[in-house]
Amino acid sequence: MSVVEVSTEIRPFHAEIPQEEVDDLRRRLASTRWPDKETVGDGSQGVPLAKLQELVEYWATDYDWRRAEAELNALPQFITEIDGLDIHFIHVRSQREDAMPLIITHGWPGSIFELLKAIEPLTDPPDGADAFHVVIPSLPGYGFSGRPEAPGWNPDRIARAWDELMKRLGYDEYVAQGGDWGAVVTEAMGRQAPSGLLGIHVNLPASVPPDVEAASNGTGPVPEMTEEERAAFDGLIASRKSGFFGYFIALTSRPQAVGYGVTDSPAGLAAFFFWHPGFAAWSFGRDPDDPKSKDDVLDDISLYWLTNTAASSGRLYWEHGGAFPTSAAAMKVAEITVPVGVTVFGEDGFRPPESWTRRAYPTLIYVNKVDRGGHFAAWEQPQLFSEEVRAAFKPLREGRTA
Amino acid sequence: MSTTTDIATGIRPFTVEISDEQIDNLRRRIEATRWPTPELVDDGSQGVQIAFLQELARYWLEDYDFGRLESRLNELPQFMTEIDGIGVHFIHVRSQHEGALPLIITHGWPGSIIEMLELIGPLTDPTSHGGEAEDAFDLVIPSIPGYGFSTQPAETGWNSARVAAAWAELMSRLGYTRYVAQGGDQGAGVTDAMGRIAPDGLIGLHFNFLDAIPKELLTAGFTPRIVFSHEEREQLGKVISVFMRGYISEMGEHPQSIGYSLMDSPVGLAAWMLDHDADSYAKISRAFLGGGPSGGLTRDAVLDNITLYWITGTGASTSRLYWETNKAAAASFKDPPPHVKLPVGFTVFPDELFQAPRHWVKHSYHHLEYFNEAARGGHFAAWEEPEIFAEEMRAAFKSLR
Repeated sequence: MSVVEVSTEIRPFHAEIPQEEVDDLRRRLASTRWPDKETVGDGSQGVPLAKLQELVEYWATDYDWRRAEAELNALPQFITEIDGLDIHFIHVRSQREDAMPLIITHGWPGSIFELLKAIEPLTDPPDGADAFHVVIPSLPGYGFSGRPEAPGWNPDRIARAWDELMKRLGYDEYVAQGGDWGAVVTEAMGRQAPSGLLGIHVNLPASVPPDVEAASNGTGPVPEMTEEERAAFDGLIASRKSGFFGYFIALTSRPQAVGYGVTDSPAGLAAFFFWHPGFAAWSFGRDPDDPKSKDDVLDDISLYWLTNTAASSGRLYWEHGGAFPTSAAAMKVAEITVPVGVTVFGEDGFRPPESWTRRAYPTLIYVNKVDRGGHFAAWEQPQLFSEEVRAAFKPLREGRTA
Repeated sequence: MSTTTDIATGIRPFTVEISDEQIDNLRRRIEATRWPTPELVDDGSQGVQIAFLQELARYWLEDYDFGRLESRLNELPQFMTEIDGIGVHFIHVRSQHEGALPLIITHGWPGSIIEMLELIGPLTDPTSHGGEAEDAFDLVIPSIPGYGFSTQPAETGWNSARVAAAWAELMSRLGYTRYVAQGGDQGAGVTDAMGRIAPDGLIGLHFNFLDAIPKELLTAGFTPRIVFSHEEREQLGKVISVFMRGYISEMGEHPQSIGYSLMDSPVGLAAWMLDHDADSYAKISRAFLGGGPSGGLTRDAVLDNITLYWITGTGASTSRLYWETNKAAAASFKDPPPHVKLPVGFTVFPDELFQAPRHWVKHSYHHLEYFNEAARGGHFAAWEEPEIFAEEMRAAFKSLR
């Protein structure tokens, strides 16, 4: 008889990127070989040369990775092996012992850096009864988590790993939240409905009904719609033509073809990330109402660079096979059996009307639309994001057994 | 004192000069390549495989002769002339035979003039290559604006139609009053546009790629309700998978975004270029991994092409042609260009992205005078099978002489 030992050990983790890696990054940035300026006067051919050069110049000179690393290391971080892969996570417990455990999942090209500013408002809210214990894992192939060496790490598998993680942390009852890829993983958890998962909240809802989706890609008639629905439908069509879609197709079909250039060229990596409409919209402090700085976005891009995860992170698109995260049918959200909360952030490109969301999620307990905040809501509006998470999960606090 | 420019035509001889500094910089970058983790599959379904690309990088660094590109090109008569604000670089080889038919051949992406070099002998000197004197062509091989040694457009609008108009001016400037045009890939788009403009002197066209896919078919291909024959279904499926491969949507949308890494990483550039289609990928991959080349797709020739893109710094500017093509396609959907009334020849190569059925070609080109299926060759047919390709040129244009 032999016993297969499965390690469930949880090891403390500190980020310590070797200095030669940091130096190499700076060297590469300083020797960037630039293309000519784009032939248009706006971003319609991609990130403009002047904008990228300004960012890269700062990255190569004044940007300080050690500050970002210290911010991470000020938080309790751990690594544990699940399903054969090292999973890195931040785990901050509230001072309130009875706080509700919450696992939040980031997206692409985001990372755990998206979520750092939401930790304090969630763990230490004005009303202690709203407190959460917060778990923020890095997706497989992202940041300090391990990089899968075989196919199969799709959102369903990640969802199962997250349940294992929460159980391993001793959380028998918990809730889950996500936007972008985080929403896809969180909805997969909702479908799997492991024991103890009390509910989910997403800020990239899969609300688009099948008939609307068919009409939007020309394979079905345009259904009857209210004025608000019609506006959202027109928005869908416009977004398909907006020129922010190529990265999705490329990563879905050929992640390794894209991967070489963005692994070898930090400027190329930054440019590729700016393809994402959520990133492209940021102004780096030029807009006084926009708090995100160059440091915010460079912390994130540097994490991808320094952990060499530009290629491995893109493979999640390949694993998912091109299903649209906004499609109710593709995300199979009708199969979700746990309570669902949805917040639509007013500055996100995708703003489905409440009627669609109600049709999509049979177990909807909370739906709200707020004016501020975009695709990376936790990053952009951490206070508002935290308020939404508190409100969405409030009904689930009553009747908890813990 | 400059005596080499022909004042009347503004055509001046051109010599490629690549500095040691450029080569050293390229070598340094290849050597310092930072690699991703290997793909998770044992085929090319996630993109270029790392074992192949690492071998290519090794060969590039250790065995490839960096002087080759310069010396190969400088053996040929090359010229530069300014047309519509762009410095147009071209190879121009006149046949020794009287009455040769002038032919302008346009390359595509990720190709270049390198694709066409082995065609020059068979086409201009047929008697040394199994042909007759009356098969001879005078050959013009230009670099599309933004490609190779042509200059990079600094403004929008350099789509296929504008390139086509520039080619007509080039042929006229060279004194050709009766000529034919040929192209595959983006070159097919340019050649198609020449046919629609129908400039004085252009008497016929040949394609080895159907750029002008009937739009009814394309629209129908994305909506599964219309009944097709088995053959059409198969070919439409291939057409659609070309669009889903990524590079067309990427470069069509954001050529600048992908351009940064193509400019800054030679291995990234190589990967992006080699991922073009499954057939050429398999053939080139085999050449590097010990299986021997498929025809002219040798290791050295493949690296000549990639090195040309790198040295000329055209990773972004070449991609912009797709952006221009997208804009032009959207405009032509609303306002279709005139029909092609000139005689057309078409050759289907068996390993091309899709094998256009004769009636698709006939739908786009009413005067289809020549249609043939070649025995061998893929997307880079002229490069891979120059002898077969040359025979197709001779046969397709015979009736126009």
